[in-house]
Amino acid sequence: MREPVPARQPPQAPPTVWHRSAGWDVFQFVILVVFLLSLAFHGATQMGYQWKWDRVPRYLWRVIDGEWVWGPLLKGLWVTVDLAWKSTLLALVLGALAAWMRQAPSHLGRAIAWIYIELIRNTPLLVQILVCYFILAPTLDLNREVTGVFCLAMYEGAFAAEIMRGALKAVPKGQSEAALSLGMSLHITQQDIIWPQALPLMLPPLAGVLVNLVKHSAIVSVIAIFDLTTQARTIIADTFMAFEIWLTTALLYLSITLCLSWGVGHVEKLFHRPKW
Amino acid sequence: MNFYRRLVALSLALFSFLPLVTDAQAQPENLIDTIKKRGKLQVGFASFVPWAMRDKQGNWVGFEIDVSNKLAQDLGVRLELIPTAWDAIIPSLIAGKFDVIIGGLTITPQRQEQVDFTLPYSTSGQGIAASKQLATNLKWPEGYNSPHVTFACRRGVAGCKTVEEKWPKATLRQFDDDAIAFQEVINGKAHAVISSEPTPSFFVIRNSDKLFKPTNENIVNTFEGFGLRKGNPAGLAGFNDWINKNQAWLKQRHQYWFRTQDWAGLVPSI
Repeated sequence: MREPVPARQPPQAPPTVWHRSAGWDVFQFVILVVFLLSLAFHGATQMGYQWKWDRVPRYLWRVIDGEWVWGPLLKGLWVTVDLAWKSTLLALVLGALAAWMRQAPSHLGRAIAWIYIELIRNTPLLVQILVCYFILAPTLDLNREVTGVFCLAMYEGAFAAEIMRGALKAVPKGQSEAALSLGMSLHITQQDIIWPQALPLMLPPLAGVLVNLVKHSAIVSVIAIFDLTTQARTIIADTFMAFEIWLTTALLYLSITLCLSWGVGHVEKLFHRPKW
Repeated sequence: MNFYRRLVALSLALFSFLPLVTDAQAQPENLIDTIKKRGKLQVGFASFVPWAMRDKQGNWVGFEIDVSNKLAQDLGVRLELIPTAWDAIIPSLIAGKFDVIIGGLTITPQRQEQVDFTLPYSTSGQGIAASKQLATNLKWPEGYNSPHVTFACRRGVAGCKTVEEKWPKATLRQFDDDAIAFQEVINGKAHAVISSEPTPSFFVIRNSDKLFKPTNENIVNTFEGFGLRKGNPAGLAGFNDWINKNQAWLKQRHQYWFRTQDWAGLVPSI
């Protein structure tokens, strides 16, 4: 008779499992917030600066004789938003055009696009706006708003062009070859095959371009367009409440850019990434 | 929680309040003593012809530079010039970037709330240069008080307030410096520009085909003083003392820079 098979070892006690307690995470967060706030408070009091936050709301809105009047900061915010959406459309058009021209068969087209992108990307926007407004605009008789929109769009369009070109190149060459060999025209290939595959790839970096456009729109204050930054600087020159006004202005810009980021993120979800 | 976790949690909780604990209120000091101890007088100013400008070698020259040099010499310290954007000059003083503003800072009630002024050490006036293309037919001064009229000024100068008070209906466009504010009028995009004399006169002389002066008097006569942070009576008294002692020298220097063009050879011709 065979030896009875020894009984199996009883299962080992499982190793101690460290559960993440929610309390510990909440505690860490609270500690971080308290530390940052105390740091900010310490810095603010050490400066010996008189904070006058109660004088800020009048620059956002006022109620005069029962009538609601927008303050200069919110009026400037509106001008900035106006400037931004016009520049965005023009920038996307210019960017798409330049991206297309860079891979066009025509040598002249490639040269023009390359010169545009390299020249505009590599010079400061401030210099471009001053040159456009004080040298070109008088000859072409353009007003400051048109110059501002045009300069911003040119600048961001150069960055958008490279992003779009990268996304177009990322679509496999086999796609356009297959489409053309199936007899589709160049126009249909681009419209129905290439660009729909390229769009989800270009959306995340383009969100960055749009946010940059809103931030760079602050530079048009040098040509005295009454945008948010101009209004903020005027208020500071009058009242010397530099810190309160700049912090408020930063929050207003943040509100625009966060909405933009959220919007583009939403559009990204609509385009499901192609799976291959 | 075991013992070590509790210890870490407690020390973190205490550590987060650390910045408040080390909060020590700055004691008000005698500014003159601070400057002498440091061995350096830090002066904030901005480029304004002829208060302060660059000569052909790129060094700073001008009335304010002379004043700052003599002040540093009399205090027995070195001079450190800190050129600053004009619309940021008072916030920079309050933030402690320099000790005193010696840059043609006009004494105004709004500024009195933020900074302490010494006795006036120079006087000046504000003048207007108007565009021949746009403003020849405007009646002086009532014709300029209309929404269709655009004034230009450099952001932060006392002249901007003057335009808001005297011509409230006009549109005021503010720029970063005098050169582009005047260029706006020369290009025919604004009707007039306000600035401290003698800048408008200089520009009218240099661009007589595009600019003219609607009136030969100063719009407003102004006094300039040193700007100091509030709460420093000893420093204020020290500087006032210096200004009183040097009245004759200040007048002579002011005469040289503002009433003559003897220094024109020093600076690049504009």
